[in-house]
Amino acid sequence: MSAVLGSPVAAGTIAPRRGMLLGMRGWAGVTIALAVVAVIVPIANLLVPAGSAFHLSEYAVQLIAKIMCYAMCALAMDLIWGYTGILSLGHGVFFALGGYAMGMYLMRQIGSDGQYRMPMPDFMVFLNWKQFPWHWALSDSFVAQMLLVVLAPGLLAFVFGFFAFRSRIKGVYFSIITQAMTYAMMLLFFRNETGFGGNNGFTDFKRILDVPLQTPSMRMLLFVITGCTLIAFFLMARAIVDSKFGRVLQAIRDAESRVMFTGYDPLRYKLAIWTLSAVMCGIAGALYVPQVGIINPSEMTPAASIEIAIWTAVGGRATLIGPIVGAFFVNGAKSWFTQAFPEIWLYALGAMFIAVTLFLPQGIVGLLRGPNGVVARLRRGLRKEAESVS
Amino acid sequence: MTVRAHLLLAWLVVLSGLSPAALALTTEQALAIAAGENDSRIEALNAAVARGDDRLPAFVQAMLDDEVKVAGDRVFIVHDGKSTDAASGAAAALPEGADDVTNNNRTRGALEAALAGLRVLSPDVGVRRGAVEELAKASLDESSLPLVEKAYAAETDPGLKRQLERMRATILVSSSDRSKRLAAAAELASSNQSAVASLLQERLAPDSESDAEVRIALQQALSSVRSRLAWGERLAVVFTGISLGSVLLLVALGLAITYGLMGVINMAHGELMMIGAYTTYVVQNLFRTYLPGVFDAYVLAAIPAAFLVSAGVGAVLERGVIRFLYGRPLETLLATWGISLVLQQAVRSTFGAQNVPVENPNWLSGGVEIMSNLVLPFNRIAIIAFAFIVLAGVALLIARTRFGLFIRGVTQNRRMASCVGVDTAKIDMLAFSFGAGIAGLGGVALSQIGNVGPDLGQSYIVDSFLVVVLGGVGQLAGTVVAGLGLGVLNKLLEGVAGAVLAKIAVLVFIVIFIQRKPSGLFAMKGRSAEA
Repeated sequence: MSAVLGSPVAAGTIAPRRGMLLGMRGWAGVTIALAVVAVIVPIANLLVPAGSAFHLSEYAVQLIAKIMCYAMCALAMDLIWGYTGILSLGHGVFFALGGYAMGMYLMRQIGSDGQYRMPMPDFMVFLNWKQFPWHWALSDSFVAQMLLVVLAPGLLAFVFGFFAFRSRIKGVYFSIITQAMTYAMMLLFFRNETGFGGNNGFTDFKRILDVPLQTPSMRMLLFVITGCTLIAFFLMARAIVDSKFGRVLQAIRDAESRVMFTGYDPLRYKLAIWTLSAVMCGIAGALYVPQVGIINPSEMTPAASIEIAIWTAVGGRATLIGPIVGAFFVNGAKSWFTQAFPEIWLYALGAMFIAVTLFLPQGIVGLLRGPNGVVARLRRGLRKEAESVS
Repeated sequence: MTVRAHLLLAWLVVLSGLSPAALALTTEQALAIAAGENDSRIEALNAAVARGDDRLPAFVQAMLDDEVKVAGDRVFIVHDGKSTDAASGAAAALPEGADDVTNNNRTRGALEAALAGLRVLSPDVGVRRGAVEELAKASLDESSLPLVEKAYAAETDPGLKRQLERMRATILVSSSDRSKRLAAAAELASSNQSAVASLLQERLAPDSESDAEVRIALQQALSSVRSRLAWGERLAVVFTGISLGSVLLLVALGLAITYGLMGVINMAHGELMMIGAYTTYVVQNLFRTYLPGVFDAYVLAAIPAAFLVSAGVGAVLERGVIRFLYGRPLETLLATWGISLVLQQAVRSTFGAQNVPVENPNWLSGGVEIMSNLVLPFNRIAIIAFAFIVLAGVALLIARTRFGLFIRGVTQNRRMASCVGVDTAKIDMLAFSFGAGIAGLGGVALSQIGNVGPDLGQSYIVDSFLVVVLGGVGQLAGTVVAGLGLGVLNKLLEGVAGAVLAKIAVLVFIVIFIQRKPSGLFAMKGRSAEA
């Protein structure tokens, strides 16, 4: 299987970049993004009065926060798919695992304020359980659960990836096996006996670190943390892609056999980026749950995992800004469609899948960038105009 | 039921004194049965049954159907507007002012029991079998022993004879004679009925059997019956496993063509099955509206219809989307996923989000009872047979026809095939739509055993891809073994661990298996293996 992507990376970028991660414009962009996330949005939401045109509603803040979590997943997907050429149909599982780890802690934080006024979470009372199952042993500790947010998806990905990559399962085979894993995990989490609330999952969270969750300032704090994490992930991804490690990943994508013949062991590289990618999704899930207020096994459906791939594809694979753009574009469209024309949303999503693969292999960003991109063409047009005027 | 059973037994008592020579039903006898006081009518009926008569069953049946009329001293049967003389059976004009014969519940019960009693000694084996089955359901005691023995002596069919013998043993096991009880226990040991197991269990209760030796015999009989019943359960598991496997096989056969031969990951395969199932639904409704007389045949009409509709949709997909994506499997996966979303929504907009009802035709409902705890439903049997017919068809088409030769040629070496004059684009389209058509056939099968709804395809797509991957790409034999094997494995594990854990275990098994043999059960060898 040669050139999974048809080598979308422009030829000039092969040598690792030295020194600064980004150019001047890049850093300016990051600074602006940081300012928007940490200053402008909080002001627009908390300080600007509700009637003003510059006021940002609770709903909008929550939506943006949710999409930023999705964007992290898309970024993680881009590292493994766009840069390493491995399409995972299981990233939804890692996202949900992180979410469940956070959710367990939040469930314990409810304390005795649930429907049944019991010290156990409601679903356990409902199932008539007298004590916590073993995997809930450390759920009272914030630190332990935050470790679990990283460890649960990380370990699953490591073990799964180790066996899969070791037997050189590649391409579509790997995708299908990840989908089977997703399906199995979904079935497992749908069971009441698994101890994660069955098909209702976790909801009705009240507190985090003993501080009430449903206050505007708490929401804004979580929003800022999410935004900063996304920016940090972006910078980290930039560093990885530009490093020698990242170059090897791209080489694996374009010609794995040749990488092997030159003495590299693709297993280590693939396993490392695969596990890292899973952990990123887990963290995204952990940030998602307290803000959206619910986690249930529907996050683990095969469909949810495939959607992550489409965010990345729509935005543009093998670019780092692409997945973020894609996540915002697709999810923005989704929340608009499902309100305005709920019937049409699936048509639109389906059409997006088809159109992107047929006509936009490099996504929105590819449409704008590059020698034949919209930006370049506009520039040429402006130059011509200027020449004809002079 | 019990009242009827007792009347039936009473009949058997009467019959046990019966002489084999058939006598003619006379007009007087017919009149005595049809008219007069209820008591005397039943008595006359009893007497007539005891004598036995070839025309009597038809007459009793006519009485039950309220088709008998009395005029003066003659009795007539009026069936479909034609009247015949009840005694001679000759056509006879019905006189003016003939009275209807009325039956109350009592005479009706007597008539029904008479009919069943006549049947147990009927020359027709099928009729006798029905009567014996009815007898077996009744609760028997020692008073009915003579007639069971009588029927046993007269019985010629070995199966029925065995059944009657066991019935006799069932009665004797609570006999007051110790040696009879012993013999009966030995006899019952060969039974495969769960009712016998519970009877033996009852007899083993502390206060019902005191003799130690008989208790041991009963215990042995019970364990042998139980082990036989356990076999029934095991066979049932194997059957449902094969049934699931044949469904997977049907689903995977289409994929074996589109993915196995053409290398196209078609995530919309499940939706093509859904289209097949909805086509079945539409054909069913058309039959119900326009051809209600031959409604049962709608499934047969649905098979080609579903094939053509799904194949048509497949051809459009291939021309419109998939042909631009050959050689880019991951892109194909995403695009076909998009197609599946569109198709699902299209069906939802057309038929509604709810499941639609698809009825089994008469000849597919019900089942064969192999053992008391092993019933094989006809629709499942039909699907197993159907799956293998489709398999044979596909195998023949790929291996023996010119079209199949072209498909194999294009698969193995596209450029060379093109050089020798094969229209590869056309073959691509035909092969893909052929695979889609097979999916449509799978949809017809699924409509007969499960719900037909917009998400029908989703529930099978993961499984069926696993079948193809497990079987090895490009291999029909691998698909067959993997499909049936996965089906049986799944059902076996279900018995041990429950449905969800079984599924998870199967998935884990597949992941591990593919570790060991990355190219499936039947790996392709040679140059095309690394392609």
